[in-house]
Amino acid sequence: MQELSVRHLLGIKDITPQDIQLIFETADNFKDVLNRPIKKVPSLRDITIANVFFENSTRTRLSFELAEKRLSADVINFSSSSSSVKKGETLLDTVNNILAMKVDMIVMRHSSPGAPHFLSRHITANIVNAGDGTHEHPTQALLDSFSIRERLGDVAGKKVVIIGDILHSRVALSNIFALQKLGAEVMVCGPITLLPKYIKELGVKVELDVRKALAWCDVANVLRIQLERQQMKYFPSLREYTLYYGIDKKLLDSLDKEIVLMHPGPINRGVELSSDAADSHHSIILNQVENGVAIRMAVLYLLASRQ
Amino acid sequence: MQKRIIVNHKLLEIMVMRLCHQLIENHGDFSDSVILGLQPRGIYVAQRIQKTLAAILGKQVPTGYLDTTFHRDDFRRRDTPLTANATKVDFLIEGKKVILVDDVLYTGRSVRAAMDAMIAYGRPANVELLVLIDRLYTRHLPIQPTYVGRHVNSLLSQRVLVEWQGQDTPEDNIWLITKTDE
Repeated sequence: MQELSVRHLLGIKDITPQDIQLIFETADNFKDVLNRPIKKVPSLRDITIANVFFENSTRTRLSFELAEKRLSADVINFSSSSSSVKKGETLLDTVNNILAMKVDMIVMRHSSPGAPHFLSRHITANIVNAGDGTHEHPTQALLDSFSIRERLGDVAGKKVVIIGDILHSRVALSNIFALQKLGAEVMVCGPITLLPKYIKELGVKVELDVRKALAWCDVANVLRIQLERQQMKYFPSLREYTLYYGIDKKLLDSLDKEIVLMHPGPINRGVELSSDAADSHHSIILNQVENGVAIRMAVLYLLASRQ
Repeated sequence: MQKRIIVNHKLLEIMVMRLCHQLIENHGDFSDSVILGLQPRGIYVAQRIQKTLAAILGKQVPTGYLDTTFHRDDFRRRDTPLTANATKVDFLIEGKKVILVDDVLYTGRSVRAAMDAMIAYGRPANVELLVLIDRLYTRHLPIQPTYVGRHVNSLLSQRVLVEWQGQDTPEDNIWLITKTDE
């Protein structure tokens, strides 16, 4: 019988390729459960999970909450905007208060990189990182690789390009780790201002021309241009970004091969992806969302069995 | 460790043939009946039953594999984690007569989990249980099989192992394994 090598899912960096395969195999089974008339199993019925979100999230929180409910866990939700964090309570105090109510697992999103790592040194409950600042977003990377595996059969040997704001993206970093552990070749592509200075040290290719990047890859994972960061002038204008890095159907059709198009959401239609590209047969964006629930069920199930 | 054959391949063939005829007595032409083999080892029994029934009746009885992992009651209560297996049920069981199939009936907890897992596919008309080996006086739950290959009196420390040709051995055998302090 296999088990995960870790007690918490803090980042893809800390887990082994075997862990990822085990999560995928378990997720296959949960995907099967999700396609039944009754989409629920009683595995975690004696477990309470707190979703602690210090940063806004819709998709990830819904996906986690659904995964928890499908596993029959009891769920409590916490968001910092309506809590005592506003009154000056520290992270550790907040979490310890939640744990005092007999909570077994914490799913946490925080704006500070390393917040879940800090927490893991002080509490005994299992922790799942649902995004920590610009650092990691492990379940998103797992569901991305799982979706590639589902569409192309395997991740190993595939060429994957991540396009857009690499500098601020926790999705990009987790994806790079996950894809490399599974044996894929990784390239990043974007305006030079949005590429971290030392990105090459992670062993990824760097390309500034999106057409060359698309011609090279099997899979393109397009990241959201964070409109809220526009004042910071990483590039001259949105229009210019769309002109140089926007992907549309015409560009996809001009390639001499079929590529798979991914996006972690939410999409800025008409900016990084045009509507005709996002809704084309290349796109597996909605499969990613569907797989997200199965992947999160697998992660929660496997961590719970490591109590 | 001591190993002793309690049912050899010839007896096992006769046993499977007898169980199939008992099934035919109750299910006729199997028009409303389906077979569900329990993962991991019950599926081999289900395959063998399906093959033998096909030889007698000349038709394939719908056969699926049911995984009970997520419905078990010993999750987080055992040292080794439970690994899931594939569930493959390509038919609706609503209104059908379901025959659950497993190799060894011991505590009855797997069968309870299987009944829970099965309900996710619909409400069967009735449910029967077929096992090759019924270990007597070991039940934790009030569960009794409808069809039994053989009743076996065994110690709690012993284990019954059904081996199928092609899976891990050259021929079909059922073993009683006794752990000894060496």
